Amino acid sequence: MTLLQIRDVTKRFGTVTAVDGVSLDIAENEFFALLGASGSGKTTLLRMLAGFEDLSGGQILLDGQDVSRVPPNKRPVNLMFQSYALFPHMTVRGNIAYGLEMERLPRAQIDARVDEILAVIQLTEFAARKPDQLSGGQKQRVALARALVKRPRVLLLDEPLGALDKKLRGAMQLELKRLQHEVGITFVVVTHDQEEALVMADRIAILKDGRLLQCGTPRDVYERPVDRFAADFIGVMNFFPGAAVAGGLHLPDGGMIAVAGDLRGPAVAAVRPERIRLGLGENSVTGTVLALAYHGLDLQLHVQVAQAPRPVMVRLTADLAEAQALSQGDSVTLGWAARDTRIFTA
Amino acid sequence: MHNRGRHALMLLILGGVFAFLYIPISVLVALSFNAGGMPTAWTGFSVQWYGALFANADILAAAWNTLKVALISTLLATLLGTALAIGVEMRRRKGRAIEALIFAPMIIPDIVLAIALLSFFSLLKFPMGLHTVIMAHVVFNLAFVCAVVRARLKSFDWSLVEASADLGAAAHVTYRRVVLPVLAPAIIAGALLAFTLSVDEFIIAFFTSGAGRASITLPMQIFAMIRFGVTPEINALATLVLGVSVTALALAQRLNREMPGQ
Amino acid sequence: MKERGSTYLMAPALAWLAALMVVPCGLILALAFFRRGIYGGVEYTLTFENIALVFDPLYAGIFLNSARIAGTAVIIACILGYAAAYAIAAMPRRQQPVLLFFAVLPFWSNYLIRTYAWIVLLNREGLITQLARWAGYEGEMPQLLYTEGTVILGLVYSYLPFVILACYAPLARLNPEIAEASHDLGASGWTTFMRVTLPLTLPGIAVGAVFVFVLSIGNFVTPALLGGGQFQMIGNVVYAQFLTANDWPFGAALSMVLIAIMMLLLVAQTFAVERGTGRADA
Repeated sequence: MTLLQIRDVTKRFGTVTAVDGVSLDIAENEFFALLGASGSGKTTLLRMLAGFEDLSGGQILLDGQDVSRVPPNKRPVNLMFQSYALFPHMTVRGNIAYGLEMERLPRAQIDARVDEILAVIQLTEFAARKPDQLSGGQKQRVALARALVKRPRVLLLDEPLGALDKKLRGAMQLELKRLQHEVGITFVVVTHDQEEALVMADRIAILKDGRLLQCGTPRDVYERPVDRFAADFIGVMNFFPGAAVAGGLHLPDGGMIAVAGDLRGPAVAAVRPERIRLGLGENSVTGTVLALAYHGLDLQLHVQVAQAPRPVMVRLTADLAEAQALSQGDSVTLGWAARDTRIFTA
Repeated sequence: MHNRGRHALMLLILGGVFAFLYIPISVLVALSFNAGGMPTAWTGFSVQWYGALFANADILAAAWNTLKVALISTLLATLLGTALAIGVEMRRRKGRAIEALIFAPMIIPDIVLAIALLSFFSLLKFPMGLHTVIMAHVVFNLAFVCAVVRARLKSFDWSLVEASADLGAAAHVTYRRVVLPVLAPAIIAGALLAFTLSVDEFIIAFFTSGAGRASITLPMQIFAMIRFGVTPEINALATLVLGVSVTALALAQRLNREMPGQ
Repeated sequence: MKERGSTYLMAPALAWLAALMVVPCGLILALAFFRRGIYGGVEYTLTFENIALVFDPLYAGIFLNSARIAGTAVIIACILGYAAAYAIAAMPRRQQPVLLFFAVLPFWSNYLIRTYAWIVLLNREGLITQLARWAGYEGEMPQLLYTEGTVILGLVYSYLPFVILACYAPLARLNPEIAEASHDLGASGWTTFMRVTLPLTLPGIAVGAVFVFVLSIGNFVTPALLGGGQFQMIGNVVYAQFLTANDWPFGAALSMVLIAIMMLLLVAQTFAVERGTGRADA
């Protein structure tokens, strides 16, 4: 069921085009991520969905209705701000009740719903506190609750985990996912953190310079990136520049890499770190170990090879004994399969 | 969407308030150049009223007095106020009493301070004249200088002082070469502010100058003239004084972005 | 090094303030309890009659009148000042310091002159009259100068720039996303202003209001110049006691009340700010 239709939406600020003809369909009960670097237009797009920016072109349809011109206070869409924007002079309860008071609901009903959501976010004992008495994680939950209590059709979240420390961020990623599932509301999250998007989202839209680059599930976007930028942006990717021929890539040193794909002209072959093994494979290169990073769960090898401008990164699970026996300066051979090798225009 | 209407309203409010604030002064300045002197008719551009000012011995004497008072009180106030500001900001715990003491001269009603000093000097049978005006002006001037310098000090990195000490500098050298250069714009701005306040100050000067005609300051002279009625000479004098104040303040603002309250 | 050095630095200024502000004010407080001598001067007999006289209907009336006038000036100045500060804060960031500078500039210039400017505008042959005549109005001009309204106008004019400055600070520090959040949650522009913006910027208005009230109630230049001969506010009465009537103890007693009002308001203001509307820049 398509809930939100973004049709060819454009936003211009003077001579700068922040969002350029983006079209997306977002389904009901979906956890959707808008992913991009700063300046990619993702925040502008989010603000247009919320109603804080006019559209220079295109339409936004919610439940089939055009909401492009509807002011923010009249849209059934709510925004969780990056700075949380909690009202400092109101208590937690006051903050959460505010939106319901705007709907002119009876007092008893407001209190009931506020209590309900306080229980969901587990802050019932903090209801009488003011924002400056809360921790960062608690403030975030209040900001979330304040928006959710209104049961919007869509909840927009602007870099929701940016202000949290690393450990908390990991826990909150899963928490947000669980919450979305529980309340059954469509979440649209803006983030620059691709790992976050991969963990939380059902589908991801990658934005670059105001345009939609690729839209798909985390698996789609990771395994089948649409171009070099997307490949490099999501996760880590190893690139080998050269000239593309049928089913392969000619390396500058004369060697050949077999690829899954068909292109011609200047190109790069690309393979993910976890697809590379020690020893010969369909494709192989030899190089010197620059660094070893033991991460407990896995081992990362950084290998300097002649065929790639950046050191090749290899990710091996730690039970490979030979990998652990390596040290800086050793010579290694790396190998991987042709079907794990993508090819992109340079 | 609704932003355009709101923007127009904001401009309207600003326009109205600025008109309110500046029209009276602008009228005054314009009239000072009116040959006819009175608002009845514009008879042509003239600086005769300014000329009349310079021919008036009383006004010249009063202006000279005001200048003396302003310069000396500013000098003293700058020294005391700067030292006070540095001393206060050096301390970790500021102490409510000291804060109140420093704040008080800025908010005490000037008539209260004026009569307090008058009583004080009279009781001690301390002869009054320009020197007592100077002493009185230092009281509030040092508070203002202190406020301006403190504002600058709030963003001062004290580890610079520690670094200087670590590198072997004695205390007075550190102050001269590390602290004061950073503070200089604020100190000058504070001094300009104090100068302006002193030039414009009327009530305290009025009460503490004693009975002598020799210690009349310019604001006192202006007050006496106004009591007699509106004259073109006052318009010219007013414009001059305004010019001095505005110049001093514009300079102060240039030098120092942090005026108290901003 | 630090603690001792700071004391040496602070000492001269503090000593000056103690000698030339604290002591004289203390003196005034003491003076109120003595009696006026037969030929002026002070007779050192302890008495409460000055304090009692302060509460005499005549003077109490003048106090109340002064308070009323000061209060009216406060209300007008706060409304205009807040509106102007709000407008400045709504302008593009880069323009704000310039606008603020010009809004505050008149405050630092000579208030005698600023008051005088209104005399030029409003007196019988003043500019307003000339404009009216030029526009064709032939009849008798209403009394513009030397009324209570003129005094209030003068007070507002003198202190408005400071109110603008005081109101601007909290408005400028306010996180703009808070107003957006209010809109997002369904509030109209007016509701957002009344329930979010105004409460969070109230401390600025409080500071401005206290300042205007304290300075207005003790003011004597404005009523003297704009109110005409018979116009009496407390400031004028104190002035008279010291300069013409020569009853210094009574003048001191009157000043005591002024100081008391000032202290009360300052304390009230610190409480209002502390009671925590929370930090608006959260």
